[in-house]
Amino acid sequence: MAEPTLSRTHPLEAWTAAFEALPPAVRITAEPYVPMFDVRGVTAEPNTWIEVDGGRAVWLGPDESLYLGATPPPDAAVTDVSAQRIALRLTGGHVRDVLAQGCAIDLHPRVFGRGRSAVTTLGQAGIVLLALGDDDFLVLVRSSFAGYLADWLLDATLEFT
Amino acid sequence: MQLIECPWCGPREEVEFHYGGQAGVPYPADPSALSDEEWAHYVFFRDNRKGRFAERWNHSAGCRRWFNAVRDTATYKFEKPGFRTPSGGRIDRSRTLTFTFGGETFTGHPGDTLASALLAAGRHTIATSVKLGRPRGITAAGAEDSGGLVQIEEPFPDPMQLAATVELYDGLSARGLAGQGRLADVPDSARYDAKHHHVDLLVVGAGPAGLIAALEASRAGDRVALVDEQSEAGGSLLSGQDDGWVAGAVAELAGNPDVLHLQRTTAFGAYDDGFVLAVERRTDHLGAAAPKNISRQRVWRLRAKQVVVATGAHERPIVFADNDRPGIMLAGAARTFLNRYGVRPGREAVVFTTNDSAYDAAFDLHRAGVHIPVIVDARPEVPRADECAAAGIRLLTGATVTGTRGDDRITHAIVDGESVPCDVLLVSGGWNPAVHLFSQAGGKLRYDETLGAFVPGERLDGLTVVGAAAGEIEATPLVLWRVPGPSDRQFVDLQRDATVADIERAVGAGMRSLEHIKRYTTIGTAHDQGKTSGVLTSGIVAELLGVPLTATGTTTFRPPYTPVAFAALAGRDRGRLFDPERYTALHDWHVAAGAVFEDVGQWKRPRYYPRPGEEMETAVLRECAAARTGVAMIDGSTLGKIDVHGPDAAVLLDRLYTNLISSLKPGMVRYGVMCGVDGMVIDDGTVMRLADDRFLVLTTTGGAAKILDWMEEWLQTEWPELRVHLTSVTEQWATFPVVGPRSRDVIGALFPGVDVSKEAFPFMALRDTELDGVPIRLARISFSGELAYEVYVNPWYAVAVWERLLEAGRPYGITTYGTETMHVLRAEKGYPIIGQDTDGTVTPHDLGLAWAVSKKKPDFIGKRSFSRTVNVDPMRKQLVGLLPTDRGTVLPEGSQIIEFQPDGARPAPPVPMLGHVTSSYRSAELGRPFALALVKGGRERIGDTLHVPVGDTLVPVEVTGPVLVDPEGTRRDG
Repeated sequence: MAEPTLSRTHPLEAWTAAFEALPPAVRITAEPYVPMFDVRGVTAEPNTWIEVDGGRAVWLGPDESLYLGATPPPDAAVTDVSAQRIALRLTGGHVRDVLAQGCAIDLHPRVFGRGRSAVTTLGQAGIVLLALGDDDFLVLVRSSFAGYLADWLLDATLEFT
Repeated sequence: MQLIECPWCGPREEVEFHYGGQAGVPYPADPSALSDEEWAHYVFFRDNRKGRFAERWNHSAGCRRWFNAVRDTATYKFEKPGFRTPSGGRIDRSRTLTFTFGGETFTGHPGDTLASALLAAGRHTIATSVKLGRPRGITAAGAEDSGGLVQIEEPFPDPMQLAATVELYDGLSARGLAGQGRLADVPDSARYDAKHHHVDLLVVGAGPAGLIAALEASRAGDRVALVDEQSEAGGSLLSGQDDGWVAGAVAELAGNPDVLHLQRTTAFGAYDDGFVLAVERRTDHLGAAAPKNISRQRVWRLRAKQVVVATGAHERPIVFADNDRPGIMLAGAARTFLNRYGVRPGREAVVFTTNDSAYDAAFDLHRAGVHIPVIVDARPEVPRADECAAAGIRLLTGATVTGTRGDDRITHAIVDGESVPCDVLLVSGGWNPAVHLFSQAGGKLRYDETLGAFVPGERLDGLTVVGAAAGEIEATPLVLWRVPGPSDRQFVDLQRDATVADIERAVGAGMRSLEHIKRYTTIGTAHDQGKTSGVLTSGIVAELLGVPLTATGTTTFRPPYTPVAFAALAGRDRGRLFDPERYTALHDWHVAAGAVFEDVGQWKRPRYYPRPGEEMETAVLRECAAARTGVAMIDGSTLGKIDVHGPDAAVLLDRLYTNLISSLKPGMVRYGVMCGVDGMVIDDGTVMRLADDRFLVLTTTGGAAKILDWMEEWLQTEWPELRVHLTSVTEQWATFPVVGPRSRDVIGALFPGVDVSKEAFPFMALRDTELDGVPIRLARISFSGELAYEVYVNPWYAVAVWERLLEAGRPYGITTYGTETMHVLRAEKGYPIIGQDTDGTVTPHDLGLAWAVSKKKPDFIGKRSFSRTVNVDPMRKQLVGLLPTDRGTVLPEGSQIIEFQPDGARPAPPVPMLGHVTSSYRSAELGRPFALALVKGGRERIGDTLHVPVGDTLVPVEVTGPVLVDPEGTRRDG
């Protein structure tokens, strides 16, 4: 199949300017599209993510992982979910303060440091949350909820602007 | 020549003073930022009002101190500065705040509360009582106040606040309340939010006990949260003399990043697993200067491994006749007003006590120049009698205050028959530990006879009570609930105007339980929730019944500890964020196209696309006509989609659908119905077989999450042996039904690699293709009865493919349509919408879908219920069509259906109901309105005429089969 020549759109194009106006203490950026696969038949440590093959593998539940930009093992049961979710990168010294406004899990660096992940809720949206570092998170959200979550995040960052 | 009272030197002749102009006009923080006009306003403009005016004066020939005074500009009279002490307290005397109360102008200082600032002006009377209209004043310095109920008017209406807990700010405008406040009639523009926080130790209360607990945990390396309702830490130390220990403790805590220290934060509820809710008043004290980007209030959702409750104690009043007059306040409160706020509560203070703590208040006030005519102590022996003698204060032991006199404010205390002039009466009946959070958390209370109070009566896992809240209070040898006297003027709950007489009536009516007495008398149900009246009631009931207090107990403490605004509880979940709005990949396109949206579950879906000048009706008729005669396209991406994958996928689906799925060949599609075990339809949709071991299940838009959960429940709990995986892929596919007789031309033109002839691409078949390298799946599915294709594509490319379809359809006048047209088209074909034409009591047979119920499968979910007697009753409601015979009335959905009335008049009730209208539209195709309805024995009534009451008239309707357009199905293949 030829390389696609159709133009792509992103659900958060209309939010780009608002994201760019945020201060360094609460940066939000929409991540580029990467292939994502829902993978069954691989074992993983609950509530963690690991680096795999240049991408990431995130534990979603018993016997279920999400591969981000990584090729699943050949013997696994795989469903393409590349467009099911979009990814937001949240960085900065106040990013935990923003997340804590809508996320009930303990985000303290000693508890939820690099390598931890959670399938949980932020505001009223279901998310997959990955700690990439102390002040560095990846938030995966279903594409249809992306606008809601972007509005929610901008509202929660307002006090740091 | 009049005398002016210098706060430091006393009264001097006015020539010693220089006038300094209006008070409360601060030098601008950043003059360079002001416009010339604003600067000129600061330099040249001052109020020039007649009457009370807050001014600056300088005692230039004396102590050279500047001070504020209030003078009447008409009479030149200075108001007595009287009640503010010349120094001391935790207020910032260098700044003056101006506020109004009840329309009058007052001044105060940063650090004041509304109560302390009013008392500093000699103002005790705040409000009138809710039932009797009696004047009421400030009785306490905190949340336990039962008299100082106010309404804040500016900067934003805020009802039912206590003057003692409202921090003063410039521009505050408030008034007293007669029991009930007024909600704002304009939207609240302030922000509210919530924040989660996890700690090893949560300490509630930053008094001495709480500070020590927090310091110890902090030093041990624990994660700590310390919350306190006051504006600053210190608790009871704020009311006495602090030597700087509090500031040191606070500074040490501030140095630990793992300590969260929140003042102005009231822990109002203790729940399970160490969960405590606390509301932080972040900007209330800033008034109009509050930053707009900071939430006004925040609800903290605190989760703690251990909770330490260090909430101190509330002083307990004593009940006597006319004990509700303004000027009567708790002794400890008077001490707080003096030491914390630098305010003398009066000039002549009678003290009535049963314990030693009131003597601290009496001596502090005495030293501050308040005359103490007498201390009335109910105890025969008084440990601090010598101190009274040394201070020259008259002491009456074994005596009580039996009543008061006064017009508005108290003028006399009646002390065992003697009338003692006074302007305040300070009362102390002991202290009640603030056990609210302990009790909320399920802790049992125990009556402590040495305190005359209820204290924690057991140890709780995860919650410890310390300090005064745990009962670490000086014992009260004499417990006195009430002084004998006329019970109908002895107030127990001032906020409810409830008296001892009310309790007597309740007990006389036979009530014994405090919970019953509370509901009968309303004691403890007002704003303060019985903070001072609750234990008094227990004691008085016990006395009246002649039983020990251990037998009466207390009423239950329930959250919230103090009132919390609904806005705070709602947080940011309001307005646009009240409920998530879900968008398809085409949302921006729809907006740009001028779509009118409707909510379908959480989704925003285009309802119709009006052209200039079009109402919904004309737009929908146009969109319907395009679909039936040309070609039209809708964004159907909201349909729920579930990937069903694994060797046993077909087995699972055979068990969940009423019809046979395993016989479906890869590359083909089948319509299916799912029922609950009760045989009632729960969802429907199409099933695509993509491979032997992979299906794509399509659900209704609203049913997606529920059906995935339902499928997982059966798979995980009943059939775990099945090798199947279920994955939601709703957002993985954008879906565009292209509908109408010209749809084949459009699809054929855009996807030339696909043979779209009806022979090569039959109904209910799938074809995979691509568009400029992007994979596309085509399905011949119709929800309108017309020739139709569904186009599936990764939503990254949704806009591009949608626009290419529009371009390919332009020669055929392709029209975008919304959900309203979709509903009309499907209803004309009798296709039900689950949840609109069904209500959880409808079987597939009721819907005329018996053809979709397998007779071959040995079992499937719902099968057994179909043979229940009630489900084979021919008089069950069945889906039929209705045609109003006037050819004009659009029957309101939900209308009842009744037998035909030959006289055309409404029958007298009760009228037997035959069913109701479930869907109703105007049809372009039929040229008339039509409806779908559930009607008892409906299929047998086809051809009959029935009546539908609409407003005051009966509309005759003809019962038809549910399929009104193309019943032979000739259009499906074009």
